[in-house]
Amino acid sequence: MSLLRIRNLSVSFATASGAFKAVDGVDQDVNAGEILSIVGESGSGKSVSMLALMGLLPWTATVTADEMTFDGVDLLNISKSARRKIVGNDLAMIFQEPMSALNPCFTVGWQIKEALRIHLGLDRKARHRRAVELFEQVGIPDPERRLSAFPHQMSGGMNQRVMIAMAISCQPKLLIADEPTTALDVTIQAQILDLLADLRNETGMGLVLITHDMGVVAETAERVSVQYAGQKIEEQPVDDLFNSPHHPYTAALLDALPERATDKLLPTIPGVVPGQFDRPRGCLFSPRCKYANDHCRAVPPIPAGPELGFVRCHYPLNTDERNVS
Amino acid sequence: MTEAVIHAEGLKRHYEVSGGLLRKPRTLRAVAGLDFSLSAGKTLAVVGESGCGKSTLARMVAMIEEPTDGTLTLDGKPVRPEDWADLRKSVQIVFQDPYGSLNPRQRIGAILMEPLTINRPDMPRKERERRAREMLDLVGLRPEHFDRYPHMFSGGQRQRIAIARALMLDPKVLVLDEPVSALDLSIQSAILNLLTELQERLQLAYLFISHDLSVVRHVADDVIVMYLGRAVEKGPKEAVFSAPQHPYTRALLSATPSAEPQARRDRIKLSGELPSPLNIPDGCPFAPRCWKVQDKCRAQVPELAGDVQKSACFFPENGPASPAA
Ligand SMILES: Nc1ncnc2c1ncn2[C@@H]1O[C@H](COP(=O)(O)OP(=O)(O)OP(=O)(O)O)[C@@H](O)[C@H]1O
Ligand SMILES: Nc1ncnc2c1ncn2[C@@H]1O[C@H](COP(=O)(O)OP(=O)(O)OP(=O)(O)O)[C@@H](O)[C@H]1O
Ligand code: SF4
Ligand SMILES: [Mg+2]
Ligand SMILES: [Mg+2]
Repeated sequence: MSLLRIRNLSVSFATASGAFKAVDGVDQDVNAGEILSIVGESGSGKSVSMLALMGLLPWTATVTADEMTFDGVDLLNISKSARRKIVGNDLAMIFQEPMSALNPCFTVGWQIKEALRIHLGLDRKARHRRAVELFEQVGIPDPERRLSAFPHQMSGGMNQRVMIAMAISCQPKLLIADEPTTALDVTIQAQILDLLADLRNETGMGLVLITHDMGVVAETAERVSVQYAGQKIEEQPVDDLFNSPHHPYTAALLDALPERATDKLLPTIPGVVPGQFDRPRGCLFSPRCKYANDHCRAVPPIPAGPELGFVRCHYPLNTDERNVS
Repeated sequence: MTEAVIHAEGLKRHYEVSGGLLRKPRTLRAVAGLDFSLSAGKTLAVVGESGCGKSTLARMVAMIEEPTDGTLTLDGKPVRPEDWADLRKSVQIVFQDPYGSLNPRQRIGAILMEPLTINRPDMPRKERERRAREMLDLVGLRPEHFDRYPHMFSGGQRQRIAIARALMLDPKVLVLDEPVSALDLSIQSAILNLLTELQERLQLAYLFISHDLSVVRHVADDVIVMYLGRAVEKGPKEAVFSAPQHPYTRALLSATPSAEPQARRDRIKLSGELPSPLNIPDGCPFAPRCWKVQDKCRAQVPELAGDVQKSACFFPENGPASPAA
């Protein structure tokens, strides 16, 4: 049984100009001990879908789903107090912007000890001991001294580690890391990714890694889910996704990577992601897709089966019948 | 050999930063002595971690900030602050943030004509408009965009506008400070292609700043690797990428994730953080994080040395074949 099971998750926001669908019919499973990566361009609904799961969206958001279970608990019909026991505890998240998630008015030590007090009810001494231990675990040098530092006194990489220490302080069963390394230099990024992978190996937690960096995905993930304009458009084991993408968007994205370039001019994807007012009637990628025909423009594709990576496309690539690459 | 358009020797930029109450102000050496040349039709890329001085260098070359020391020449003539107004036509800059760098209250047409209005007040309005429309076409935007406001454009389109504006005065040099870092992969490739085409057509010299090594590998002719304000390695792109000499260059390359799930990974793990630029260690600035460090490194500053490919290390690597540690 999967640790996390989401079926047909949709999120829309009430905006001044009407309802806006940010997440559109997403299915997602995550197993214990696995690393799933969610990729997709800016605004494709990666953060919003995970915030919906955590119950952390503002009141303007309407969340609907057929199913949303975590570790056997139904998150759709759960009381606020029951949810609070899970979120931050068994289900933890590292947020996209560490500086906005840390409180500038308190030392990082106070903040992590507060988390330990609320969730684990440890006494003062035990909290301090555990905080030092956690800082050591995430590779913060000189932890005793760092506990009394304020967020602005530390580098971005250090603050990111504090965030990770807080997120893992209660040994979560599932950790959602939203762009945990995007603001960091590659040498620090490498350390943080190793740290997350080590944690998974030691504790067997599930890890959801949200990123738009295909290099990070290739190196870290085991399974990859690709989102486009709020929809999940395909999902495959990492090697298969990079070698034989089924969705034309995934294929075009991989082709656009400078490191795959064969020519000085790179392959491009014309056009832009649809917005609130130009959402196509059929396939959401059809205005930019080089394979699109009238059928694509009129009829929205539904997800295929697992053998085709749940691809949302009328004419999937790299199948037995259709070997285009 | 093409003639250098820009030539820099011993370029330095120091900042006085206050040491807090009752403490002496301290000197931050953001750029601590750089030599380089930019040639027509060629791209010199500058890479390095956050805070190593890339943007400071960009501002000096673009005549936004005066060097503390060193010389900068443009077409063989010294660049002095009293001549900036005149010389700036030849050197234009494009910034990372396509949202912040355009005036939201100006129409695109006005944004493009502004440099002409300021620098060529004698030019008739009709002619200014003709040139602005021509430029719009050159960067791949449509005629009807002329009368629109920046907020009506996507990130990639705004970056096209910023590039178009930079080209209005027929510059010889474009300083590109992280020009694609804020863009999605699917848009990045179109902007990189645009820069390639413009360079070929107009024989522009590019100073291309980026922390993304896969982008640099694609666009650069020559590369400077900076660390704490200094060049630690410099040379033709092929040489630097295939046979890095400085341990830091090697570490940087090995930490850059590759979008190739099966790629062999022998990542060099650096311990420690980038030291504060206020506390640059004696000797080699990389010594505290270097796995090859010897006593000599801590005592003496290695000079940038070599023929075509230069590096500042007492114990340089010979190539990718040499053992990592
Ligand atoms: N509170 C909100 N009100 C209205 N729209 C919102 C709100 N929060 C997010 N959105 C919109 O929902 C869409 C999905 O946003 P989301 O943050 O999930 O994107 P993302 O895939 O995480 O992108 P990024 O890579 O930039 O982080 C975007 O179009 C965003 O503008
Ligand atoms: N006006 C200033 N006053 C004081 N210090 C400054 C100033 N501008 C830059 N610095 C410092 O100079 C150093 C180099 O900064 P710079 O912005 O050039 O780095 P960078 O390589 O562009 O970094 P990034 O990749 O983060 O953009 C940093 O330590 C920075 O804090
Ligand atoms: S359904 Fe049609 S338009 Fe959509 S991705 Fe597939 S081929 Fe392209
Ligand atoms: Mg996000
Ligand atoms: Mg910068």
